[in-house]
Amino acid sequence: MDLDLTEEQEMLKTMARDFLQKECPKSLVRELEESDQGYSEELWHKMAELGWMGLNLPDEYDGLGSTFMDLALLLEEMGRNILPSPFFSTVVLGAFAVMDGGTEEQKTEILPKLANGEIIMALAWLEPDGSYEPKSITTHAVASGDDYVINGTKLFVADASVADYLVAITRTKNSSSPEEGITLFLVDAKSPGVKCAIVPTIGLDKQCEVVFNDVRIPKKNMLGELDKGWSLAKRILMRGMVGKCAEMVGGAQATLDMANDYAKERVQYGKPIGSFQVIQHYLANMWIDVNTSRSITYEAAWRVSENLPCIQDVAIAKGWVNDAYNRVTERGIQVHGAIGTTRDHDMGLYYRRSKAAELAFGDTGFCEELIAQEREF
Amino acid sequence: MDFQLTPEQVVLRKEFVDFFEAEMKHAPEGWIGGEEEVIATDEGWAFHKEMARKLGERGWIALAWPKEYGGQERPIMDQFMFNEVRGYYRSPGIDVFGVSMLAPTLLAAGTEEQKKEHLPYIARGERAWCQGWSEPDAGSDLANLSTRAIKEGDEYVLNGQKTWTTGAHYADWCFAVVRTDTASKRSRGLSFLLIDMKSPGITIRPLPNMVGEHMFNEVYFDNVRVPVKNRIGPENQGWAVTRAAMNFERSSAEFFAGSKRLVEEVVEFCKETKRDGEPLSKNPVVRHKLAAMVTKATVGLTWARQVAWIQHKGGLAVAEASAAKVFGSESGQQLTYMGCQLLGTHAQLKRGSHWAPLHGSLETEYQRCVGLNFGGGTSEIQRNVIAWEGLKLPRG
Ligand SMILES: Cc1cc2nc3c(=O)[nH]c(=O)nc-3n(C[C@H](O)[C@H](O)[C@H](O)COP(=O)(O)OP(=O)(O)OC[C@H]3O[C@@H](n4cnc5c(N)ncnc54)[C@H](O)[C@@H]3O)c2cc1C
Repeated sequence: MDLDLTEEQEMLKTMARDFLQKECPKSLVRELEESDQGYSEELWHKMAELGWMGLNLPDEYDGLGSTFMDLALLLEEMGRNILPSPFFSTVVLGAFAVMDGGTEEQKTEILPKLANGEIIMALAWLEPDGSYEPKSITTHAVASGDDYVINGTKLFVADASVADYLVAITRTKNSSSPEEGITLFLVDAKSPGVKCAIVPTIGLDKQCEVVFNDVRIPKKNMLGELDKGWSLAKRILMRGMVGKCAEMVGGAQATLDMANDYAKERVQYGKPIGSFQVIQHYLANMWIDVNTSRSITYEAAWRVSENLPCIQDVAIAKGWVNDAYNRVTERGIQVHGAIGTTRDHDMGLYYRRSKAAELAFGDTGFCEELIAQEREF
Repeated sequence: MDFQLTPEQVVLRKEFVDFFEAEMKHAPEGWIGGEEEVIATDEGWAFHKEMARKLGERGWIALAWPKEYGGQERPIMDQFMFNEVRGYYRSPGIDVFGVSMLAPTLLAAGTEEQKKEHLPYIARGERAWCQGWSEPDAGSDLANLSTRAIKEGDEYVLNGQKTWTTGAHYADWCFAVVRTDTASKRSRGLSFLLIDMKSPGITIRPLPNMVGEHMFNEVYFDNVRVPVKNRIGPENQGWAVTRAAMNFERSSAEFFAGSKRLVEEVVEFCKETKRDGEPLSKNPVVRHKLAAMVTKATVGLTWARQVAWIQHKGGLAVAEASAAKVFGSESGQQLTYMGCQLLGTHAQLKRGSHWAPLHGSLETEYQRCVGLNFGGGTSEIQRNVIAWEGLKLPRG
């Protein structure tokens, strides 16, 4: 048992923090939020040079071969600084989908390029009803000669607008059990019939509506087994959930740090507002939220990293951190007063992201139902 | 980073589990655990003493102490595991005042003679302690206390009153903080004394809690004589000793493990109980409430382990332990509240009624849990500590 980060992990965090602070100032964050592209290619390539895209990929695919736990720590730093980029879609979701479900051919084709920053991926899971339940997958893929033909509408597909490949979760068979008959495909985003439009969201984070209109995909682009894709999808979901938790922990820490600094600087009635007990207690509550969030997230991330049974742990973590991060950003603004409500202030960046992250990969209600199922309520 | 128990820890944990699993079958009927259960009835106290003896025999009371005082010199994480398993099984047998507060104080600040005089008895579960700190006018503001001890030769003569003294009616000894310099103000001029509860001049009056349980007492000192050699630390410098004693061993592991057990029982209740022909646990509102309860208890226990880990490595974990305390008592309150909601109309039924679900434990806990926000420092004081120690905010 060792609940501390290793020295290398501490170094990874520090290095990432310094890098992001320097390379991704909040002025850039705001600029990217308002652009259509949503990320900086220059920064993307610098990240690739640091090996971040291939952090978890094996050496043979140009990766660094480190653990998912390490990736979670990197995500924590990305959440702390805020980094608008398709990193999450590409690395946490796409790369692992290929690692877990891909054939050797698919891996060799995609992963080395992905590790070198040449490929962006996006996960096309949710549909207009916005639910992660298997019965909500209605986008159909029908066999036709050497191809499958996909029809349907996906929503909340982060980064589809800049992606080279989409991982599309489709229905290939209707059966009495909704988990049966789900298949994943690698879709070239430039295939004829793929229509993509950014939908405006609270996180200004380039989520898209993706319409598949008779999109023909070669059979060899199937990811994993025909009709048995749900277990692969669930593994993607687990990583997505914990990955979001890690980002949220970083964002919550940044919010607390800002509010704590401000409480020491801002003087009213001749004293720093941080000497008022009400403000102290808001901050103490935030401190508890941030720290409990981190400890529950690390354990869940570690379990995912070690391939241990993890669904309940992940659901508990995501459910808890969702609410904790929202509480933290809301109080963070309260400590700041009116200035915290402006577009120019960083508090709003975090406040909006706490809502976006809560809704990504399972809101609290979804997590609670998952716990209920795991515990056989 | 590795959250897995070591092979030795797995073995040790199983030993704890097997022991409590077997022993708790002999608990008095309807036992629901908690400090109150131990000190409110003679039957509870007898069971506690019996368990204390058995734990003492195994060396489990003093797992992390030095061997020369009856300990086993095991890492704090082993002790955390013990506390967790004991909390889950709601076992008595540990005198929190002696084991968790006084013993570490003695180890840190006692003389060799004082350590020899008390620690082995505590380690064997033979000597029960109470904590004589609070007074009617000294609650959170403990330094405002006025019980005085005047030195006469090699004795102090004590006069004054302590209150909220949990378990004084069974305790053999009391550790108290008193004013030895009567001209002094606030934290200056206080001393930390060990008082034999059999000393002439001590009167104990019960102060029942709202359940009606005899837990608290008022303790009056009327010319009680205490040998000077029973003072820990230098005269008039007892405040530092007191402050240190507040900080020992506060991961709240037992408490969170007890919460986890409570949640499991409520889950079972909801699975077994049918409403409108369906198990309660199939109702979406119920499912979500139960899952929220599981989440709270799990987050708490995970945090307690983190606190223990910091202590394991030699840290004081001051803000962290305060967070565990306030999170524990407040989530405990929320859990009993949610549990009562799930029990519905039956939540009001008392222990003893054959209609009462879960032995009426929630009806009792719903009342007991409010006290947890005060004992050991109120939730507001814990938040002050987090603000000052954890966030370095200026004192108001
Ligand atoms: C179950 C239980 C067991 C106990 N066992 C013992 C025992 O064995 N021995 C013993 O000595 N004592 C014991 N106590 C007493 C306990 O230590 C005191 O209750 C505690 O220190 C608070 O004191 P008080 O109750 O007088 O409340 P007060 O200090 O009068 O507080 C009243 C309210 O004011 C708030 N308040 C006070 N000061 C501040 C401040 N600076 N900032 C913000 N808010 C503040 C408090 O948080 C509280 O909400 C026990 C109490 C309980 C409930």
